[in-house]
Amino acid sequence: MALLDGTTQLNKPPVQVSDDARGYYTLGEPLVDPVTPTGPIKDRWTTRKFDNRLVNPANRRKMSVIIVGTGLAGGAAAATLGEAGYLVKSFCFQDSPRRAHSIAAQGGINAAKNYKEDGDSTHRLFYDTVKGGDYRSRESNVYRLAEVSANIIDQCVAQGVPFAREYGGLLDNRSFGGVQVSRTFYARGQTGQQLLIGAYQAMERQVAAGTVQQFTRHEMLEIILIDGKARGIIARDLVTGEIQTHLADAVVLASGGYGNVFYLSTNAMGSNVTAGWRAHRKGAYMANPCYTQIHPTCIPVSGEHQSKLTLMSESLRNDGRIWVPKKAEDCEKDPRDIPEGDRDYYLERIYPAFGNLVPRDIASRQAKNMCDEGRGVGPKVGDFRRGVYLDFADAIARLGEDGIREKYDNLFDMYARITGENPYETPMRIYPAVHYVMGGLWVDYHLQSNIPGLFVAGEANFSDHGANRLGASALMQGLADGYFVLPNTIRDYLADAPFERIDESHPDVVAARTDVESRISTFLSINGTRSADSFHKELGTIMWEYCGMERSEEGLRKAIDLIRELKASFWTDLKVLGTADTLNQSLEKAGRVADFIELGELMCIDALNRRESCGGHFRAESQTEDGEALRHDEEFAYVAAWEWGGDNGQPVLHKEDLIYTAIEMKQRSYK
Amino acid sequence: MNLTLKIWRQPDATTDGAMHTYQVSDISDDMSFLEMLDVLNEQLNEKGEEPIAFDSDCREGICGMCGLMINGQAHGPEVTTTCQLHMRSFSDGDVITIEPWRAESFPVIKDLVVDRGAFDRIIQSGGYISANTGSAPEANSVPVPRDKAMRSFNMATCISCGACVAACPNGSASLFLGAKITHLGELPQGQPERDARVVEMVGQHDHEGFGGCTNIGECTAACPKEIPLDVISQLNKDLRTAMKHGH
Ligand SMILES: Cc1cc2nc3c(=O)[nH]c(=O)nc-3n(C[C@H](O)[C@H](O)[C@H](O)COP(=O)(O)OP(=O)(O)OC[C@H]3O[C@@H](n4cnc5c(N)ncnc54)[C@H](O)[C@@H]3O)c2cc1C
Ligand code: SF4
Ligand code: FES
Repeated sequence: MALLDGTTQLNKPPVQVSDDARGYYTLGEPLVDPVTPTGPIKDRWTTRKFDNRLVNPANRRKMSVIIVGTGLAGGAAAATLGEAGYLVKSFCFQDSPRRAHSIAAQGGINAAKNYKEDGDSTHRLFYDTVKGGDYRSRESNVYRLAEVSANIIDQCVAQGVPFAREYGGLLDNRSFGGVQVSRTFYARGQTGQQLLIGAYQAMERQVAAGTVQQFTRHEMLEIILIDGKARGIIARDLVTGEIQTHLADAVVLASGGYGNVFYLSTNAMGSNVTAGWRAHRKGAYMANPCYTQIHPTCIPVSGEHQSKLTLMSESLRNDGRIWVPKKAEDCEKDPRDIPEGDRDYYLERIYPAFGNLVPRDIASRQAKNMCDEGRGVGPKVGDFRRGVYLDFADAIARLGEDGIREKYDNLFDMYARITGENPYETPMRIYPAVHYVMGGLWVDYHLQSNIPGLFVAGEANFSDHGANRLGASALMQGLADGYFVLPNTIRDYLADAPFERIDESHPDVVAARTDVESRISTFLSINGTRSADSFHKELGTIMWEYCGMERSEEGLRKAIDLIRELKASFWTDLKVLGTADTLNQSLEKAGRVADFIELGELMCIDALNRRESCGGHFRAESQTEDGEALRHDEEFAYVAAWEWGGDNGQPVLHKEDLIYTAIEMKQRSYK
Repeated sequence: MNLTLKIWRQPDATTDGAMHTYQVSDISDDMSFLEMLDVLNEQLNEKGEEPIAFDSDCREGICGMCGLMINGQAHGPEVTTTCQLHMRSFSDGDVITIEPWRAESFPVIKDLVVDRGAFDRIIQSGGYISANTGSAPEANSVPVPRDKAMRSFNMATCISCGACVAACPNGSASLFLGAKITHLGELPQGQPERDARVVEMVGQHDHEGFGGCTNIGECTAACPKEIPLDVISQLNKDLRTAMKHGH
């Protein structure tokens, strides 16, 4: 790896030749990050922190910030901005901030601490993350992420996060997701929970101190723009149904990812796109919406009733061997009766150098290929068996059942509980599932969207992971944004205060509120025949089939038509019972599904335009002779930032070229 | 399997509730308990009856959002969360009673949904370590012996579900409280505020109307994260020490 300092441009700006999505979009002006830093890469963030304007502590009490979301990004930001003395209002739809979806993360969090003296450094974490993202992230953002990563661990330890420790009392860490250094800090299989509790407790401390006001069971349903600036939100109190106006000097969306557009995913049931999508409809750009991460090790679907999928930590791939029967006839057999010679350890066969530890997108796609060939295992759902074996027999022979129990006990228990099978006796079955989205609202280096005063943090923004996210890097990004980046960039915006005073009677505020009210009464008055859930399921099937692991021009066009039909029938055939003035979960769901349908269409258009295979996104039309993903940097090394084109118009594509100055782009090879 | 469900329905906090009976059929073994309720809700919606409100989010046993009394037991017959309870724990023809958490400090919001805001307020009263962002020392400058770290971790696994309160005849939240006190109290970082923390948190607990602990042990039996009863002894010990120190 060449160590370059970031002062010379290494690639040419891309020129797109293909135009598959012609007719579905209009081309807008190129987009440039107006605050992108220059100069030696290692100094960029330090210089920027210094250059950003300061806000006098006495003035901070007069400045207000709304934060939507209490996950790692939103919780950490609320705690930090509250400590600094700003007036913060924090919103989440769960009954407590501590239940944000971040709580479910299992594996760990990366940080360039180099505690093992195995050659890790800020630069190496930066390099791995950019390469892992298939060169579709912004290098300045990623470098900053790597740079602050070490502080995250310090911060969390100080808060009492009980990370795993070695006998000497020092922090332990492990290697994760195919990375060759040990830089992943973890708290058994519950790293997300422990990190979130740390941020939550820090935030609750500020609630007690009066700097943070907490609104639980509240859902943001609209953003308020005045003179082009974000100045507040309209929220619904989910218990009383009251529609509320909240005004502030700036708004932060830390509302998480939209993987639930696929209906089945590893995300929590409530995860949704509404906060981002409402902002998108008011002018915020949605970047790279089609970039979805598919996780290879989830428990397969067992039937029609399935409401969500459960992830099994990727760490299992360190000891489990993945295989399917060589012969389709064997698929119904008890796996223990299939002799070694009749098993196809396909990852070890195709990728001898990396074997079972190939990156997530490759492991996922090959599992799908095996099942599509008719060699999947487990129960048939529809016409297919969608599962492959993850076998611990060798590892149990090597380490003993106790050895395995010590390492993976809670995961094995979880598997047994969900499937009713004992994984110590028979191989686990796994299948890929939607897990995370790399797309999200477009932000500049300051995490500000193209709407002044609207900041976006965590999974809700797009900037750091490129086309594929490496394991243990989402938690790092959420906390980096919340604890260290946003507090330093938002102050530069707030330094413009005082902002014009507005009150609830401002016509733009009234209009936003009226929109929300009329939307809710529409949902309740359509009085059709189908539940919001049934539309969601149908959307999910379309998305998974045509915009999931493998996409083709033909399939995507078909999907767009299907989604348009679905949208029409949603607005005429939806049935939501109950009223708007109490807790009404069907009504909540209807609003979220309506937004998912529109997002789904944009995801397909984005995927159609991007005629290259990149990260977790495999375009059938773009592969090498031996079927591997083929990227086209000369055409697509850009961020696709989409502008809302109106209800009857076409989305407008703004391209932000990705220029590398510190890392040279290379094609991936895991063979 | 076919099941008869007796479910508590209550339109809102101020209206009286009552048990209603529903039939569900074609329930398979590998559905989770909440998926079984999804099936019922889809049927109700079709019939024009308002679906039953219940809480859940992660459906993975980690967020603590779900929680029902099933046949009188918090989270049902197994030591797990409601979302991780599967229908293979039941048999064809069973009659299942489903109610919300019962505790004065967890008022019912609607049907099976309760308000556990009191838990957040207990944390606000002192359930944290004061460490401002940016002022943390290098993480390895304070080693933590492995056994202490393990114990701290085990207590930090509490998911704040409230089953302990729902199971306790006194409606006490002592297990929840003890888990937090022990999580933070085992760590060197947690020492400076140790006395104040326990005093404030216990004060808030009582103020919220949770009952006192009389060592019945129903809490730990219902806890999906197997928080042991000895955290309550730790709680009492810490409280006595704090008193001795003049708090
Ligand atoms: C099962 C699983 C395991 C994972 N494991 C790992 C791992 O090991 N390592 C890793 O790095 N990453 C992991 N990830 C990814 C990582 O957990 C997430 O990307 C990350 O936690 C997202 O954090 P966030 O703060 O951006 O959003 P979230 O934690 O999703 O929080 C979103 C918040 O926004 C609120 N919200 C959303 N919309 C609204 C609205 N309209 N109004 C009001 N509030 C709203 C929600 O209430 C919530 O508080 C995992 C993900 C899953 C699903
Ligand atoms: S102690 Fe156990 S039962 Fe009580 S809230 Fe915590 S996890 Fe739930
Ligand atoms: S839904 Fe999260 S613990 Fe049950």
